[in-house]
Amino acid sequence: MPVADRNGTRVWRRRTQAQSLFHWAIWLVGTAIFVYCWQMISEATTWFFVWDAPRISADIWTRATPPRWEYVTQLGEPIWDTLNIATLGTIIAICLAVPVAFLAARNTTPSVLFVRPIALLVIVSSRSINSLIWALLLIAIIGPGILSGVMAIAIRSIGFCAKLLYEAIEEIDENQVEAIEATGARPWQVMTYGIVPQILPAFAGIAVFRWDINIRESTVLGLVGAGGIGLQLQASLNVLAWPQVSLILVVILAAVVVSEWVSAKVRGAII
Amino acid sequence: MLRLENLSKTYKTGDQALKEIDLEVPEGQVMALIGPSGAGKSTLIRCINRLVEPSGGGAWLKDVELTKLSSRGLRRERRRMGMIFQEYALIERLTVMENVLSGRLGYVGFWRSFLRRYPQQDIDTAFRLLDRVGLLSMADKRADELSGGQRQRVGICRALIQDPDLLLVDEPTASLDPKTSRQIMRLICELCEERQLAAIINIHDVALAQMFVQRVVGLRLGTIEFDGAPGSLTPDVLTMIYGEEDWESTIRPVDDDHGAAAE
Repeated sequence: MPVADRNGTRVWRRRTQAQSLFHWAIWLVGTAIFVYCWQMISEATTWFFVWDAPRISADIWTRATPPRWEYVTQLGEPIWDTLNIATLGTIIAICLAVPVAFLAARNTTPSVLFVRPIALLVIVSSRSINSLIWALLLIAIIGPGILSGVMAIAIRSIGFCAKLLYEAIEEIDENQVEAIEATGARPWQVMTYGIVPQILPAFAGIAVFRWDINIRESTVLGLVGAGGIGLQLQASLNVLAWPQVSLILVVILAAVVVSEWVSAKVRGAII
Repeated sequence: MLRLENLSKTYKTGDQALKEIDLEVPEGQVMALIGPSGAGKSTLIRCINRLVEPSGGGAWLKDVELTKLSSRGLRRERRRMGMIFQEYALIERLTVMENVLSGRLGYVGFWRSFLRRYPQQDIDTAFRLLDRVGLLSMADKRADELSGGQRQRVGICRALIQDPDLLLVDEPTASLDPKTSRQIMRLICELCEERQLAAIINIHDVALAQMFVQRVVGLRLGTIEFDGAPGSLTPDVLTMIYGEEDWESTIRPVDDDHGAAAE
């Protein structure tokens, strides 16, 4: 009992004696495991390389600066490809995610027993595999190039968008839906009047957020040959052209900053 | 016009919300349904338009047996039953006009409603109704910009544009201040009289009910305990419906406020 009677005053503690002892033991075990793991990692590390790290990074830094600015003329097209991969991928993903979300939401699915598990499976399988791995698979299937990148981004994003959207659908105010049903509206009218206006802000937010994420993801897709600026990065890394690498990183940074700004603007305008 | 026979509802949890209700509401009668929370008032009116599926008995609107209808038939009959909600249940992100016009959804096709191409006749009616409730200048405002009383007026317009024979009104004043409550009740009852509409009004406020309606039905634990004129509500009757309490001050005749009449 957290409340004990001591000389007539009732003393309240957060935990009983046994509970505090248990907590203390948990902390002890946790700390011991941490120390043990630290030691294991330390033994498996070649410390010579770690001590060497500052010198090496300084070395790379001097080789990488200044960036080779004239190389930027060759980056225009790849960064445009990257933006297109992200944008097209997001649009395709959203088109597919909307029906999946309606099938997965408990209050709109035609069948909780049969359809909903399938929709959830689609969401989980899309989310559980990284877009880089999707790209590797798709390159094997449809060959290297931008199309593989677009598809990889799209497949990866369906689950993300559908999951957030179906959660938004499940959180709507059922009163508004009832009110529309009570007018004698058809099911599709109930959806467009009772449900869609309620989830529209969430939908816009999700779409822009995912587009923002996809711009970052699509920059690396080129590493495995799925088009975009990653191809240039890969090529430059292979020949140790550090000034080019640093320029590519600057360009990627600029693209991400711009996308961040755009998505903030769009989100602000909608909500 | 509306007839309920042995209407009962047992929820999945085993709660018996309605126990074999028999009730008849003639044309043009405004009836108040009073009773403590959990007495089954909301369930009763939702069983009529089958937002809640009754588990036994029947309901007839004129000659149509509502409880036997297919989903298509039910949609057609729901057009004849306008519903007004406690928390207004407006589509918050749509405009006042869109909310009013949504009462016509049972009459217009999907694409017309989706593209907001309602027949001019409906739009005329919507403007006339908004004018009647004093919200003509608000037609273009979003529903979430309105005050509680204004929202409930939009809710009333949405129910009336259906051109119903019966109004189902669920706690219309529960979220409103006393003055607005009276105005809304007065508006509902006036409109019912203008259009010879029957109405079932769920209401907590016994004094308010007495002021405006022609008949009071008291519900307790899913059964009708009282059915009579508002004047015959005695402390004994209220004790029977709600339980022991000093009722004298509740049923004292209340003077109508004149400020509200100017609105």
